[in-house]
Amino acid sequence: MLTSILLLVGITMMYSTPLVFGALGGVISERSGVINIGIEGMMTMGALTAASVSYYTGNPWLGFLAAGAAGAAIALLHAIASITFNADQTISGIAINLLGPGFALFFCRLLFDNAAMTPPVKTLPKLFGENAFHGTPAESLNVDVTVLLALIATVVIWFVLYKTKWGLRIRSVGEYPAAADTLGINVTRTRYLCVLMSGVMAGFGGASMTLAIISQFNQTAISGQGFIALAAVIFGKWTPYGAYGACMLFGLAQALTVVLGGSDSSVTLPSQILAMLPYVLTIIVLVLFVGRSVAPKADGVPYEKGER
Amino acid sequence: MKTLVKILKKPITSTLIAVLFGFLVAAIVLILAGYNPIQAFGALFNGIFSKPKYISNVIIKATPIILTGLSVAFAYKTGLFNIGAEGQYIAGTVFSVLVGVKLDLAPVFQIPIVVLAGVLGGALFGGMVGLLKARFGIHEVITSIMLNWIGLYLCNFIVNSEAYHKPNSTASLPVNASSYTMLLPQWKASPEGIAVLKPHQWLYDMLVRTDVNFGILIAIVMVAVIWVLLYRSTKGYELRAVGFNRDAAEFSGINVSRNIIDAMLIAGALSGLAGALAITGTAPHGISTLAAFENNGFNGLSVALIAGSSPVGCVFAGLLFGGLLYGGQSVQQVVGAPTEIINIMIGTIVFFVALTRIVPILADRLGKRGTEHAN
Repeated sequence: MLTSILLLVGITMMYSTPLVFGALGGVISERSGVINIGIEGMMTMGALTAASVSYYTGNPWLGFLAAGAAGAAIALLHAIASITFNADQTISGIAINLLGPGFALFFCRLLFDNAAMTPPVKTLPKLFGENAFHGTPAESLNVDVTVLLALIATVVIWFVLYKTKWGLRIRSVGEYPAAADTLGINVTRTRYLCVLMSGVMAGFGGASMTLAIISQFNQTAISGQGFIALAAVIFGKWTPYGAYGACMLFGLAQALTVVLGGSDSSVTLPSQILAMLPYVLTIIVLVLFVGRSVAPKADGVPYEKGER
Repeated sequence: MKTLVKILKKPITSTLIAVLFGFLVAAIVLILAGYNPIQAFGALFNGIFSKPKYISNVIIKATPIILTGLSVAFAYKTGLFNIGAEGQYIAGTVFSVLVGVKLDLAPVFQIPIVVLAGVLGGALFGGMVGLLKARFGIHEVITSIMLNWIGLYLCNFIVNSEAYHKPNSTASLPVNASSYTMLLPQWKASPEGIAVLKPHQWLYDMLVRTDVNFGILIAIVMVAVIWVLLYRSTKGYELRAVGFNRDAAEFSGINVSRNIIDAMLIAGALSGLAGALAITGTAPHGISTLAAFENNGFNGLSVALIAGSSPVGCVFAGLLFGGLLYGGQSVQQVVGAPTEIINIMIGTIVFFVALTRIVPILADRLGKRGTEHAN
């Protein structure tokens, strides 16, 4: 029993980590008033970059950082389109979702001899070292170091958004950019920074997939996590802790399907029906406990100076 | 000057500029990666136009994404973002298979029933999203994303269920032949049919070697139906009013909840129709275990965006998209460049579609400056 519970906790952490990074990216961007539907594409770029850099340098930490940079690079496109050119942010985000996987697989084939996957790469360390608690039930708690990083990122972003003047500025830009502008806050610069940061976070999310969970990049490394993260942003009502909780809930549901689907379990549901559980559960929780969520007021609205 | 401004203000101009940029960026990427872009584009065009077989395959590939594109475009006009076209498409294929495998009537009855089953499946998925939004205020994007996955696992469940699994495969049983919507399916495979067609290489290529089917005609009819519904009917006026300004619509006595549900029902039905026609019209006439999404719905998003959410535009955008997807396969075969160059190209086109919405605004300014000079 204890083993099962610890296993459940471990798997929950594992599944939710890439989602947490992705969702944090979404929260930062949308808090400043830029809808970011392109998290999936940014995560895919991050996933490939992390795996390739780790493979060629042998240093997964360099890979992790490079993934953040790659996410930011592709986020820059989204920022230019939606902030400088006042483009439709949904369309631009969908373009990012096409460009991210497109470029990722294109580069993957160039770098790895026309293969759509990388060889296995060196991964990030476990939280308590490689062989800690080996053979004990607590082994499943020896999670990847990215789990801790995701928690730290959540706390830092919460602190910045709600306890510092920069956070107040970001939120005011997302709610009422004209008023923020009158008070001397540079709306354009704030939004650029936030969108780039969201790219960094999404890139980390991709990296925590390829450098911790599957230890290589392949075509399905990122398949829908970016969209789940997007849902978690709305589910968590555009707050860092809300998004974190939503991702945890989702991870828990995933873990339940793994544990319930195990061979020694007494549940006899077909595996495909079990696999639906996280998605069905999300909808049920939304209906029962969460209900209507309200986006930041200027979310998705380009800011034009002087317009009333 | 005035004609230039007029041309620039047409939406089609912006779209063409975006397509041009798509090719330009793809060319740059190809050069940087050490490939010859002229060869690559040559292979692309040959892969689309050089044989009648290719052209009909492009149309076959375009049919479902025209319909899912129409579904997304329609929802967009009513103020909803239908990111769930993928799941609705899958539901369409699943429901068609559920009915088409078990039922075997004369084609006159069989085809409409099987297709309607798919339409119903899509509408059910779409309607659920609408209902949850109207009743509980749950954002349509979340429910749609969740339903996409539920659809995927539903498909896998049916494929692997005893009643529908095709032994020793990862696929379901095909629907009964009476549901086929290809052009003359029995005749073209019969000896007489082949004897008639054989001397006409062109016809033979197009009919026998591909699954030419009625889907594209149905898609075009649906485009017309949706256009009339949106712009020539009271219901369409209500739907658009809700999309344009929910509060104003409510204030003028329009039932907002009702219209949100209806809009999602119709959008879902269109994507479901796309799935149903794929089952009845193309081999293998069944569903297979899905490891990941096949993107027939997600590509519909891009189609709708390139079309600027115009129902008629979806036909052309769908054909463009189908051509790029199908012809793109030859790029890898001929030049050796990764096929993903096509995804980069499509992504670039969509990206510049987002940017070029400012072309008409710029043209407006240009026009104003022109008149100032004239005065």
